[in-house]
Amino acid sequence: MKNKIITQEQAAGLVKDGMTVMLGGYLGCGTPHGIIGLLVKNNVRNLTVISNDATYPGQGVGRLFENKQVERFIGSHIGTNPEVGRQMTCGECFVDLIPQGTLAERIRCGGAGIAGFLTPTGIGTIAEVGRQIMELDGKKYILERPLRADVAILSARCADKNGNLFFAKSSRNFQPLMATAADIVIVEADEIVEPGDIEPECVHTPSIFVDYITEARK
Amino acid sequence: MSDVKTLIARRVAKEFKDGDVVNLGIGLPTLVADYIPDDIDVTLYSDNGCLGLGGAAAEDHIDPYLIDAGGTFATVGKNCAFFDSALSFAIARGGHLDVCVLGALQVDSNGNIANWCVPGKKIPGMGGAMDLVVGSKRVIIAMEHTLRGQPKLMENCTLPLTAINAVNRIVTQMGVIDVTENGFLLVEYNPEYTVEEIKAATAAPLAVSPDLKPMI
Repeated sequence: MKNKIITQEQAAGLVKDGMTVMLGGYLGCGTPHGIIGLLVKNNVRNLTVISNDATYPGQGVGRLFENKQVERFIGSHIGTNPEVGRQMTCGECFVDLIPQGTLAERIRCGGAGIAGFLTPTGIGTIAEVGRQIMELDGKKYILERPLRADVAILSARCADKNGNLFFAKSSRNFQPLMATAADIVIVEADEIVEPGDIEPECVHTPSIFVDYITEARK
Repeated sequence: MSDVKTLIARRVAKEFKDGDVVNLGIGLPTLVADYIPDDIDVTLYSDNGCLGLGGAAAEDHIDPYLIDAGGTFATVGKNCAFFDSALSFAIARGGHLDVCVLGALQVDSNGNIANWCVPGKKIPGMGGAMDLVVGSKRVIIAMEHTLRGQPKLMENCTLPLTAINAVNRIVTQMGVIDVTENGFLLVEYNPEYTVEEIKAATAAPLAVSPDLKPMI
């Protein structure tokens, strides 16, 4: 099997100006902090970032905003990072806020070959603006379309050398979905183990979805 | 002020039944967990992908892989399970939550709720709130009756909505108000206030239940 293990520098080098990047994590838990740090250092620009939230100032996804690298953000919550609100208000960054369940399902569809889905979430709110509304059995639904990315960068508690992943506790969040919905999938693993060391029934993301593995720095 | 929040949280905790799966929102609703009666089992849901969390972690026992929906380091409780965000919102949207308790900026007599955005001031994002209120079997709003003297129970919400026709019950320090087909109905009152005072603090018609009871 192809060697998937690369350095963090090589991993960060796969992200180019203008790319759409999915970043795993929820308020910094399950966020690939090491590779994000190198994206800041590399100063790649005009990124479209898809991630649940903007974490906190000086941390995770938030650092990309502070370095003005994000042209567009697609997520569900930015309230924990005032700088992102400021950039949105003065037009420096376009922020697309969508309901968290809709975000998750759009990513799931992006990886599952599904062209769209109908959700009751957001009917009668600004979440329906610019979207097609369909009525089925007397109830209104919003037609939502899939999301995909050029690169997904994830953080796993454990990866084996083939790329099978285990996410600890609440760090799983959006990560198994993102692993299916990007052209290149990179994993920053806290520990890299031998194939078979993760019990097959404990694999959250099978290796076929993972292109590159890099070890997190302690 | 904290007494007001405690009063509301204590009253909301009486809404749960043994076996309920419950979401508690950020802020005041989180306090409800402290008052769940010992003789019933309630499983708490966190939209970041957990059921059955066991409360906040002690500072010297922090697990970096375990936070609750508000970002606080948490602990594993009994009947705990972890899952990804798609399954998490299958639970929320799919009708698997018995009760969702959230705070609100405004609620109106149609059961519409606004709780995620104040245009021009604060636009934090809706997070999971829109899915939660649409999908839960019962939506209970835990909030103070007014904000700096301004009513929060309205005839029509003026702030951007989180969902329409979603709220079942509102618990404030003044009383318990149900949202019915005919608008707000006062079902319990705090004896510290008169019904007239509660009506005066409500910016919509407030009917009084013939079975009106004290809330404490």
